[in-house]
Amino acid sequence: MAVKNKKLNLKDKYQYLTRDMAWEPTYQKMEDIYPDERFEGIKIVDWSQWEDPFRLTMDAYWKYQAEKEKKLYAIFDAFAQNNGHQNISDARYVNALKLFLSGVSPLEHAAFQGYAKVGRQFSGAGARVACQMQAIDELRHSQTQQHAMSHYNKHFNGLHDAPHMHDRVWFLSVPKSFFDDARTAGPFEFLTAISFSFEYVLTNLLFVPFMSGAAYNGDMATVTFGFSAQSDEARHMTLGLEVIKFILEQHEDNVPIVQRWIDKWFWRGFRLLSLVSMMMDYMLPNKVMSWAEAWEVYYEQNGGALFKDLERYGIRPPKYQDVANDAKHHLSHQLWTTFYQYSQATNFHTWIPEKQEMDWMSEKYPESFDKYYRPRYEYLAKEAAAGHRFYNNTLPQLCQVCQVPTLFTEMGAPTKLSHRQVVHEGERYHFCSEACCEIFEHEPEKYVQAWLPVHQIYQGNCEGADVETVVQKYYHINIGEDNFEYLGSPDHKHWMTIKGQKPADDNQDAA
Amino acid sequence: MSVNALYDYKFEPKDKVENFHGMQLLYVYWPDHLLFCAPFALLVQPDMTFRALVDDILKPATAAHPDSVKADFLNAEWVLNDEPFTPKADASLKDQGIDHKSMLTVTTPGLKGMANAGY
Repeated sequence: MAVKNKKLNLKDKYQYLTRDMAWEPTYQKMEDIYPDERFEGIKIVDWSQWEDPFRLTMDAYWKYQAEKEKKLYAIFDAFAQNNGHQNISDARYVNALKLFLSGVSPLEHAAFQGYAKVGRQFSGAGARVACQMQAIDELRHSQTQQHAMSHYNKHFNGLHDAPHMHDRVWFLSVPKSFFDDARTAGPFEFLTAISFSFEYVLTNLLFVPFMSGAAYNGDMATVTFGFSAQSDEARHMTLGLEVIKFILEQHEDNVPIVQRWIDKWFWRGFRLLSLVSMMMDYMLPNKVMSWAEAWEVYYEQNGGALFKDLERYGIRPPKYQDVANDAKHHLSHQLWTTFYQYSQATNFHTWIPEKQEMDWMSEKYPESFDKYYRPRYEYLAKEAAAGHRFYNNTLPQLCQVCQVPTLFTEMGAPTKLSHRQVVHEGERYHFCSEACCEIFEHEPEKYVQAWLPVHQIYQGNCEGADVETVVQKYYHINIGEDNFEYLGSPDHKHWMTIKGQKPADDNQDAA
Repeated sequence: MSVNALYDYKFEPKDKVENFHGMQLLYVYWPDHLLFCAPFALLVQPDMTFRALVDDILKPATAAHPDSVKADFLNAEWVLNDEPFTPKADASLKDQGIDHKSMLTVTTPGLKGMANAGY
């Protein structure tokens, strides 16, 4: 190539290092090289219209990420050397990390695999480069999250085998099946699901509360990870919006296909985030904001503006957003009471919120907490005080699509469980909601194969028939250490020792 | 509708009755008793009687709730797969149409759970 200046300007550099890496094939047909590009029905007329808003090239990417990495690991080292875990607000906070490490970090890895795959499937070079870079980001996030939290594994239980648990433990099938669903879809659905619906529309509900939660609770390692990932996340969000606008602008036939994907993936994301709702309201000893407030800001306001903007393409807001909006008053409380009763089978502890926490919830949830949920905790506290800490000894029904126990209530009827049932080719299927039922009915062949943890236990595929064997042997949850009530747990006793409140036998931290 | 795929996309359902070694799945929902967060998923013998289901499985499953001792499940109001249903106490589950992955809903008149909140 003939260049006048020795140094390329940014625009030329981007052109040479991305778009010019592609070529027109001469002895193979495009559709044979990119066989996955058409079957979803999405029509792309002109790939050159794809705009990469960041114009980032690989050489700049490596340089920039290496700088961030250096700073990040310096802080992790300092955190470990200074026993940073002793300065968190309370050991109950660590349970949020256990949930994150087993529920979310493996999703970062799944996202890496997903973007690496679809990065091969598009014939447009701009899209391929963007996916490739995001794949590397996601791999890095998975690794740095594990490194940020690994220090806690030396001092607290439940963090020792997250990837193994992610593939097996009943509630972790919720995040796992979410990503498996996306990764087994075509490339355009994958981008609509992950880049747009998750990264653009919903990710703030995960990262903002989680990273602010870490800051409010003195967890400098995780906060620093958050800062380090922030610029990547901004890039991912911008890509998410670019993807959707590009697809919609290419052909009007794409609009109804994309609309159905938005309906589906908004809902699947909302169900997945129900885990985050309880993390925010219950697992952060120092609260940032309530789930209801976060939902109002990040979905109702920001999402509202977004869908207003997309109106000109013929896109309307997700079909069941009214159900999700109504659920903000109930979600976290329904989830926490569920995990409270199944704590024998979780890698984290649960507890009854303290009095000032309940007062905070009364204030944040004036319509629902005192009427429906405070009485639950008063009853459970009374039972626990009498020596009958409540555990549900019977397994719950799971939704065939989202795999959450069918614990959600009907819109406007918070004491009535929401349930749908259909018969497909002679088999009965059960759902937590109209929305999950509709997702099934659109692609039943996909969800009839769902690996539902409760049914797998009953089929004898989880190394034992009783909960104890499944939990210990199949899940690798150490009974009496990782699971059950927080009060009186080894983590609790250990924390008391750190804080000099009460002597305990297991005194690892005494220097 | 069916899956849009590059090949003939067909897979066996994961939870067919033959995978349960002679047993079957049954779900039971007791409205207004949200101490139990979701309907129970139970593994039952298809030829067990309805009475045995209530006495040996449902009573122990609900025992943690104060309403459980007061509940007369056999004479309560039942719904089977969204249809009204009158159980025959001494007939088998299978013989009264309770098949694999059926859902039973039982309402116990007068028992409305705790705290006036269906708990």
